[in-house]
Amino acid sequence: MSGAWVRPELFGGLAVALGFVLDWRLGLVLAFWLGAWWLNARLAATGTKAAGYLVPVVFGFVLLGLWELVVRLFSVPMVILPGPSAIWARIVTSTDLLWADFFQTFVLGALPGYGMGAAAGIAVGVLADRFGFLERGLLPVGNFMAALPIVGTAPIFVMWYGFGWQSKAAVVFTMVFFPMLVNTVAGLKEASAMQRDLMRTYAAGAGATLWKLKLPAAMPFVFNGLKISSTLALIGAIVAEFFGSPIVGMGFRISTSVGQLALDMVWAEIAVAALAGSLFYGAVALGERWVTFWHPSQRT
Amino acid sequence: MRRFVPVLTVLAAILALWYAACVPMNIHSTVNLARVHGFEAMPEGRRARAEMGALQLAAMNPEAVPFVWSEEKPRLPAPHQVAGELWGAVTDFAPTDKRSLVFHAWATLSATLLGFAIGTGLGVLLAVGIVHNRAMDMSVMPWAIASQTIPILAIAPMVIVVLASVGLTGLLPKALISAYLSFFPVVVGMVKGLRSPDAMQLDLLRTYNASDTETFFKLRLPAAMPYLFASLKVGAAASLVGTIVGELPSGGGEGIGARLLAGSYYGQTIQIWAALFMAAIVAAGFVGLIGWVQGRTLHRMGLAR
Repeated sequence: MSGAWVRPELFGGLAVALGFVLDWRLGLVLAFWLGAWWLNARLAATGTKAAGYLVPVVFGFVLLGLWELVVRLFSVPMVILPGPSAIWARIVTSTDLLWADFFQTFVLGALPGYGMGAAAGIAVGVLADRFGFLERGLLPVGNFMAALPIVGTAPIFVMWYGFGWQSKAAVVFTMVFFPMLVNTVAGLKEASAMQRDLMRTYAAGAGATLWKLKLPAAMPFVFNGLKISSTLALIGAIVAEFFGSPIVGMGFRISTSVGQLALDMVWAEIAVAALAGSLFYGAVALGERWVTFWHPSQRT
Repeated sequence: MRRFVPVLTVLAAILALWYAACVPMNIHSTVNLARVHGFEAMPEGRRARAEMGALQLAAMNPEAVPFVWSEEKPRLPAPHQVAGELWGAVTDFAPTDKRSLVFHAWATLSATLLGFAIGTGLGVLLAVGIVHNRAMDMSVMPWAIASQTIPILAIAPMVIVVLASVGLTGLLPKALISAYLSFFPVVVGMVKGLRSPDAMQLDLLRTYNASDTETFFKLRLPAAMPYLFASLKVGAAASLVGTIVGELPSGGGEGIGARLLAGSYYGQTIQIWAALFMAAIVAAGFVGLIGWVQGRTLHRMGLAR
């Protein structure tokens, strides 16, 4: 492996030299990038467990550092791209505002819609599995709807339910429902004929079979749907706010801050959204690990 | 037959529900327009009517019910109104006319196609890099997955505004957003696909003394095709959503998103619904086209089930 690395290092050195000749700032950026890359390649080559955690962290910090470096060296104006330090300063100084926006959009808008949409999707999925006719009718429609740009319904729901959180929850509900339905129906098919026969030999009724066999077997699929929808939920709530909202909320803040060219505020909201989205996804993934501990993908 | 009857039944049920839902959704505004339609509104005074339940109001004004399906600005337009608007907006104007929905659909679709091509191309390249370089795999992959949890659509309007301020307007900014959205499904699917050949197959190629390049073109790439097409479908849907949201800030501009926003500003519900259905048609056509190419390709490769 070490022999193969000679050439990239040579190329890297040449690129840095060329960068310095063209523009010293470009050279500096290239040197930083390639140096960090070299460090990461070295770390990755060790192949230890710690490296597995360290490499992505280093990569993340390198990206942030590169961003800051480019913004500072080329003095990119604030209205085009603020650096990470400026964004962090904004986050620290306006935590109250960010928290209020987060509460309005995520806790009031996205979460209820997500909960109701997931529950309804699972319920209809169970019904569809019970009645074959319904399944053959609903599944193609559901598959079709799941591929559609459902965020487009946002203006309609804002018109129906007003500017408050109810319209956002309705948009999220619609976005979450179809992936959940499709995944639940697919999951309920997971129990094999042998397992269903076993339940029959136990004289288990449809209810017991559903509760004790089919639903647990469907859980990996249900959680797949929940994970997909966890991202959709926040997107739906934010985009719905572009069509009308009270004077609080992440989508509202983003659209008004863009208008005021206060891009550090916009990026602060994005950072909050990214953090919230990742934590939400992580929470669902934790729930998955807890519920479907038996599944091969969860065993380590 | 066995496949179509249930689907048609469900669609008919949705249509019936839709028509039925028009009554409670629109009855208040219809009764308020009683004089226009030429009948007497039953309880006198708007306030009294606003406080009543929709079904009760409909029961008291049976002559108002037929009008709920033909309002000019209904809360919920009836299906035939949407279909009529859709048909009119497509056929009444030349496709180059700004009032034509085909014009807006094409504006959206062209940006989506450009973005989809950029995103897919870059995604495939990155996936190849990830599969062949361990450092790249370890550093990029966790972030590629984490980035999926970020509501990137939320910054779409900002990207448009910022790019416009540095002089980039028209197709490219929208295409960039849809490229970003179609990028990650392709990366994740393609990495999975390029890794799908098992150790036995890789060993076989090693016994043939195949180089990395040959292994890539003769084994990895063909094996990745089913995965690629699956993620292309996801990416296509995502990139269309990205373009539509990217069109929102360009109010009064081109595209289905601009049409949605304009309809929402002026309360033109029928126009919103027509734009929505146009988006659905475009999405279905796009994903369907990929599905068709997928069927043909996998069939010729002998991979189709």
